[in-house]
Amino acid sequence: MRTDLYQGHDYYLMDEWLTEEHKLIRETARAWVKKEVSPIIEEAAEKCKFPEHLLKGLGEIGAFGPYIPTEYGGAGLDQIAYGLIMQELERCDSGLRSTASVQSSLVMYPIYKYGNEEQRKKYLPKLASGEWMGCFGLTEPDFGSNPGGMITNFKDMGDHYLLNGAKMWISNAPFAQIAVVWAKNEQGRIHGLIVERGMEGFTTPTMHGKWSLRASDTGELIFDNVKVPKENLLPGKNGLGAPLGCLDSARYGIAWGAIGAALDCYDVALRYSKERIQFGKPIGAFQLQQKKLAEMITEITKAQLLTYRLGQLRNEGRATSAQISMAKRNNLAMAKQIISDARQILGAMGITGEYPVMRHMMNLESVITYEGTHDIHLLITGMDITGFDAFK
Amino acid sequence: MKILVCISKAPDTTSKIAFSDNNTKFDENGVQFIVNPYDEWYALVRALEIKETLGGTVTTLSVGGADYEPIIRKALAIGADDAVRIDAAESDSLYVAKQIANYAKGKGFDIIFCGKETINYNGSVVPGMVAELLDLPYVALAHKIDLAGNTATIMREVPGGEEVLEVNTPFVLSAAKGMAEQRIPNMRGIMAARTKPLAVEAASAADASTTVKGYSLPPAKSGCKYITPENAGDLIRILHEEAKAL
Ligand SMILES: Cc1cc2nc3c(=O)[nH]c(=O)nc-3n(C[C@H](O)[C@H](O)[C@H](O)COP(=O)(O)OP(=O)(O)OC[C@H]3O[C@@H](n4cnc5c(N)ncnc54)[C@H](O)[C@@H]3O)c2cc1C
Repeated sequence: MRTDLYQGHDYYLMDEWLTEEHKLIRETARAWVKKEVSPIIEEAAEKCKFPEHLLKGLGEIGAFGPYIPTEYGGAGLDQIAYGLIMQELERCDSGLRSTASVQSSLVMYPIYKYGNEEQRKKYLPKLASGEWMGCFGLTEPDFGSNPGGMITNFKDMGDHYLLNGAKMWISNAPFAQIAVVWAKNEQGRIHGLIVERGMEGFTTPTMHGKWSLRASDTGELIFDNVKVPKENLLPGKNGLGAPLGCLDSARYGIAWGAIGAALDCYDVALRYSKERIQFGKPIGAFQLQQKKLAEMITEITKAQLLTYRLGQLRNEGRATSAQISMAKRNNLAMAKQIISDARQILGAMGITGEYPVMRHMMNLESVITYEGTHDIHLLITGMDITGFDAFK
Repeated sequence: MKILVCISKAPDTTSKIAFSDNNTKFDENGVQFIVNPYDEWYALVRALEIKETLGGTVTTLSVGGADYEPIIRKALAIGADDAVRIDAAESDSLYVAKQIANYAKGKGFDIIFCGKETINYNGSVVPGMVAELLDLPYVALAHKIDLAGNTATIMREVPGGEEVLEVNTPFVLSAAKGMAEQRIPNMRGIMAARTKPLAVEAASAADASTTVKGYSLPPAKSGCKYITPENAGDLIRILHEEAKAL
């Protein structure tokens, strides 16, 4: 890939709403990404392997659980800071952001929110530094959009639980030390369990053949009579609402991340349009290309405003799940359109690994599906405004 | 080692350069400021490395208004122990050098680090003036420094080669490229910077010795000229008559 010349774009001067510390956090994440990730991301995506040597650095820039309180190894930052970090990571690659989102929102968040003090003390500091990585097992081969139907289950054996079942499409699974697994008890109630690598009967085969999110490792979680110590059950919350609460946090980060991917493609396309000469002038001087670029920055600006406001609401504890769904859905649609237009502006160069556009385009096919598909988020908004459940 | 690092701000390299007040002032409107790279990447980071191996403290000093604070917080996030801001509008080099010297006088700094220049005005004169005002040895454009006790071995580039110098503390040094590698602050550093001391001191009495009469931008680049092989002779004529390069 070429030198990473990325510059942020802030058409409505929204930086004025950020604190100096927010800006420093964003600048730090951006500088780290440019130094450590941009030079290697294309090769990682080609090889379909997550660059594990980045984990320590991700921990150092605060990408793992930035909003977790400092007493548990987090940075105690607000939701805007979390969003900004996710935006900078996804600006480079959705796979990089996915690794951090899963660790922060799907592993650290449930342990912090639903775990007891011993669990928090045992896991959170190591997860914050990246010494340990975690994954989140909700989806199953036959239960994707409908996780409530899951088959994975555990039985109370007196001094331990016996876990059986299988999870599929699990980010970070191949290298994670721990998995937060959602399974039904004998009464059919969903609970979260922390399963550790090394427990007998627990395996994590890698899934191959992805054309999307190639720089992130995805695997299965297979539980064959795994004995899980009783102290590994998350006591704080049960029922489908427990995993859905984690998804709220992750989806919020994805809403920011999608803006990052869009900004990167806009930035590349804008620069290219000023440099590429056809018919004797820069292609950016033609109205058709200006239409694409002008619409891109308009849509990015709208998404930035929507998402910043959502961050404020989350800081105040007032953001609803439906509001988060709206932002995730809107920003993914926005980013996909921008990436597609950017690819066209780059002509044939746009399909090569010289530019990040195709990689972003392929990545977003996962992002628009995981953490609730595009359709499911629409149904959530639909139900919220009409009161009718159109899921079933 | 008690080290002072002078930190200046500079516009981000992608900034659009424009002037105001009848072309006598740099127009800061919409400009993003960064820590002057020579101060950050080379002077500050090398000072921190020295502190990490030999112990001691690293204090940063900036001469400027309240708008300097994000820059200073970044230096603290990278690892400086404390910071001082002399509350003054930056004026000419001698004025800034006098502020630095007046602050540093009698405080017992072993080394005063500066960057070799700021990337906006490229004056390269403040560190030399500071050394003169404090009556200290000065090594300019250094790209390597090692310390043994109070003796520093310093390398600097000279045309076509390298010069190795020895100097005893205290001294003033201006850091050039190669002295250290960029250090990106980490989250722990950013959090620690919140509570590190940043003292604001009043400017000492000093006057600027020069006034700016005007700035102008370099002439716009003219495009490429192609010369076909058959007309190679034209090249000599153009270089001679138009570019005046021969
Ligand atoms: C790269 C990647 C990483 C992932 N990481 C994780 C992870 O870490 N942990 C985890 O638990 N999961 C993970 N997932 C799984 C992801 O969350 C699921 O793929 C997603 O929830 C959709 O489920 P599904 O693929 O089974 O699709 P399905 O649910 O089968 O959906 C297929 C289609 O039917 C539509 N549909 C479904 N129900 C309805 C309805 N009621 N009305 C209208 N349309 C409907 C959907 O919108 C979709 O278009 C990951 C997926 C990918 C691709």
